[in-house]
This record gives sequence, structure tokens and C-alpha cells, in this order.
Amino acid sequence: MAEAALELLRCSYRYEGGLPALDSVTCTVEEGSWTALVGQNGSGKTTLAKLCNGLLRPQEGDVHVMGEPVGDRTVGDLAQDVGYLFQNPDHQLFASTVRDEIEFGLRNLGYPAYERDRRLRQALAAFGLERYAEHPPAVLGFGLRRQVTLASLFALRPPILILDEPTTGLDWGRALALLQRLRKLQESGHTVVLITHQMRLVAEWADHVLVLHRGRLVAEGPPRSILSSPGVMRRASLSPPPITELSRRLSHLGLPDDCTTVDALLESIARQRARVREEES
Amino acid sequence: MAPIVTVNDLHYAYPPVLPGGAPVSVLRGVSLTLEKGTCLALLGPTGAGKSTLCLCLNGTIPHLVGGTFSGQVSIAGVDTRDVKTGELSQTVGLVFQDPESQLFTMSVADEVAFGLEGLALPPREIEKRVSESLAVLGITHLSARSPLELSGGEQQRVALAAALALRPQVLVLDEPTASLDPVGKASVLEAVKQLRDERGITIFWITQDIDAVPGIADHVAVLVDGRIALQGPPRHVLGRRHDLESWGLRAPQMVELASRFNERWDNDALWMTVDEAEEALERRLREDRG
Repeated sequence: MAEAALELLRCSYRYEGGLPALDSVTCTVEEGSWTALVGQNGSGKTTLAKLCNGLLRPQEGDVHVMGEPVGDRTVGDLAQDVGYLFQNPDHQLFASTVRDEIEFGLRNLGYPAYERDRRLRQALAAFGLERYAEHPPAVLGFGLRRQVTLASLFALRPPILILDEPTTGLDWGRALALLQRLRKLQESGHTVVLITHQMRLVAEWADHVLVLHRGRLVAEGPPRSILSSPGVMRRASLSPPPITELSRRLSHLGLPDDCTTVDALLESIARQRARVREEES
Repeated sequence: MAPIVTVNDLHYAYPPVLPGGAPVSVLRGVSLTLEKGTCLALLGPTGAGKSTLCLCLNGTIPHLVGGTFSGQVSIAGVDTRDVKTGELSQTVGLVFQDPESQLFTMSVADEVAFGLEGLALPPREIEKRVSESLAVLGITHLSARSPLELSGGEQQRVALAAALALRPQVLVLDEPTASLDPVGKASVLEAVKQLRDERGITIFWITQDIDAVPGIADHVAVLVDGRIALQGPPRHVLGRRHDLESWGLRAPQMVELASRFNERWDNDALWMTVDEAEEALERRLREDRG
């Protein structure tokens, strides 16, 4: 069995004066997995993420990162293990140039100048930011500010990456490039946690899904079974990709009723056609 | 009937970002028209100039931003350069992506009244318009609440109500559902449809949510690098999967399915909705069985 990259044991958290944001959640994110964290706004996704990088501490329960209890490790120390991309890029941009922004984390972790420079140049190139290196992030458009925060995170290459709605504000070309880059990191052993409302992406990219609703973990499993379960989707107020509905409607013709991607449905149609041909001959 | 929105060969460059720099050219010859009571979905990659085009529609550009402007934008027959932005705000309402950035008062009712108070309308008229707008958006029950404690979907409906209270003819929506969850998104899109269908309001809708477009838009335009690369009825534009992908956009899932079905089984299908795909695939699979 794979090791746990992140482990929450009966974790609860309540913001001052509010309802519990997380209510006794126990879950595991396996090392090397691509785990999607889904649920309505306010379901506890971001709170869960902040427990993992130390921005919040559980009021009850324990968090383990790479097999070790978080205990009183500082946010800066945890940053070596857990990289966190905020939903709103403006919550993490503060340096006066794009270059300083990307170098900040590298300096903090004590990388020597030549390594900082190498990673800076790589990150600028990977996110199409070369010509903005000396620009203040604040003058860039939303999509570019998002690219700056991604570049800063990638420069650090933490073993666990938690990304809160990273594709919001990006067009499909940039979103796809980001997803492919995450896939490469996953293939080299990194763990990816993707918080998103886009079920089409969950179906296509994740291998495990955690579903939160009102601070509780209400379901978990492979995307195909989670997204094709009308009960889970309804309970968590989520809507699966359109193809899920199509798959269900076509199931009376002998196709599986749980296709959640174009690939899966086309494969099923191909198998079905081959079967029919075989029966005929 | 004359179109309510006409953009004619619009070129625009922002003033230089850094002192001594070059002007930043964003729009390079945009032309489009929009009929009253219809919805245009504007698609385009990041940085294509979509938000800039929005600001041109309500006169923020060129009145408040400066820069180099040529060509023409006219709303309900009025050239945006000939009127002040305050006057245009009664014709063109604007709603942005991030609800929190546009809400700032203590209560939902105050939020919706804010723009009206700026017009120095009599209190009774303000009250009437506020309650009417809240009712249209289905948020009357929230009127005493603080906008900051509402869900994202509710906040966007407050922003829509505030825009609606000014009785605009055109609503410009800049990715209004980008930060919402599926439930919030559905509630906002339903409200938008209703404003068009029941109030005859013209909708100019920027979105990246491609799967929501076929259900709402009457017309789709794609802005690429400051120019309209393609426009027309939804089928005509959204059906061109490979063109969309070459511009950094994704086709709706049913279009992608049809296109990949065609590649595999040499067909010329085009499906926009689950209903269309279901009907065609059902026929196909039954034919296989003879």
C-alpha cells in the first residue's frame, strides 16, 4: 500500500462565531496520487487545505504530513513539504517584481544564488513570464497574476502540491498546460491535491476524489464511481459533467451507465460495436 | 431594427504600464453588433482583450482610463464618447467576476439602492425599484442581510439586482460565475436567462464556462489577440473544436464527443446538447444491431 502523504484524523475546525467548518474529518491522501477535493463553496475544502500547510491548526484531531504529526512545525517549515496555491492570487502576491516574487520562497529555503537563478529562469519560461520579470505583479491581468503564483510554487517543487481552484481565470490552453505540468510532477513522485468545481477536470485528471459537504467527508473513491453516483452528487450539491447524464441515458442499449469522460464513453461504444459484429458473424 | 450595441472597427491601447514604456495595444479592430433582447457569449483566451472590451461598452474606456481610442462604440444609438460614464451607467450595467470586490454596504437593500441614490431619485421611487429588483432576482428574503455573509451565488445575484435597479438596457457580465460552485452558478445563469427572456435586457456575457454556453447564448463571438476571430450562431462557432483549441479554448463536451466520434467512425455528426447526442447515438447503436 502507498504511504500517506497527508492524513487527517478526526479533525475539527470552527471559525470564531461560525458553524464548524470541518467536523471530525478523517481522510488520507496517498503519496503520488492526484486527489481532487470537491464540494460546494463553504463545504470546508479550503479549511482542510489550510490544516495541511499549517495556516490553521485543528481544534480537535491530528494532521500528519509525510507520515509525521504536524505538531508545532511552523508554516515556513511545512512549506518544504506542502506547497499551497491560494484561490485568489492577490492573497499571496506581495513582492515588487515578478522576479522577487518567484525568488522569495527559494531564498527562504536557503537555496544558493546559482540554484535560485536556475529555478527562476525555468519558472519564468515555463509560465510564459520572461518578459514580465521586472514588472510589478499588481499591474498584470488576473490570468498572468495567477501564472506568477503558479511559477513561484513550481520553483519550490514541494513533494505535496495543494492547488485551490488553479484553473479559474485561465483559458483552456493555459489550464491544459498547467494540468500537464502537474501530471509530470505526479509521475516523478509528487502528490497533487486539486480543489476545483470543474467536474470535467476531476473526471479526466484525478485518480481519487474526496467529497466534502458542510464540513463532513460524505464520500470518497475513484472519480468514475463518485461522479456517476446521482446520490452523492445530489447530496453534495454538485453537478457531474454532461457526458455522465448521456451515459446513464444510453445504458439501456448495453453501454455502462458510469462513463464520466469522452474517452470512457467512446471506448464503451467501440467495445459494444465489436461485440455486435462478433454476434453477427 | 437597429442593433442596440454596435462596435465598429474599435482599436484601443492602454497608456504605458511603466513610465517611458510603449502604449499597450489590446483591441485591434473589433467589430460586432448585438440585437436587443439577445445574449452574446464572448469567448477568448486570457489576455485577448475581453475585459477591456467590457470597459469600452460602459464608457470607462476612454473616459476614465485614457489611452488611444479609435473606431466607434454606440449603445442604443449613442456614441459612448459623447456621453458621461454616469449617464451610460443607466443604459449599461456591469457585473464582474469577483462578487466581493463590488459589494461594500451594510445590507443587501442598501447595496441595491446605492446606485439609485447617486441619481438623486425620490425615496419612494428608490424603494420601489429596490424591492422590484430584489424580487426579480429572487433575493427579497436577503434584503436585511449583510452582503458579506452571503454565498457567492447570492452575492452575484445582489450585484445583478444592483445593476438591474438602474434599469439598464444592456448588462455586461465579465465572467460572473467563475468563482461560484455549481449551485451558485446555476442560480446566476437562470437569473440571467430570465432578465433576457422576461425583461428583454440585452446580455453581453464573457465566460470560460464553455459547457454553459449552448444553453443560453443566441450568438457567440471569439476574441483572439484583440480581434474577432469568429462569430455567429452557437452551432457555427462552438462546433469548430479544432479552431477553438488552436485559440486556447475548449469545445463543449458534447461537441468534443461528436468530433472524436467522427474521427473514429468517419462521420459528420455535430451535437451541442445531451439530448442531441442521445438521439443520434441511440439511432446509431440500433442500426448496428440491424
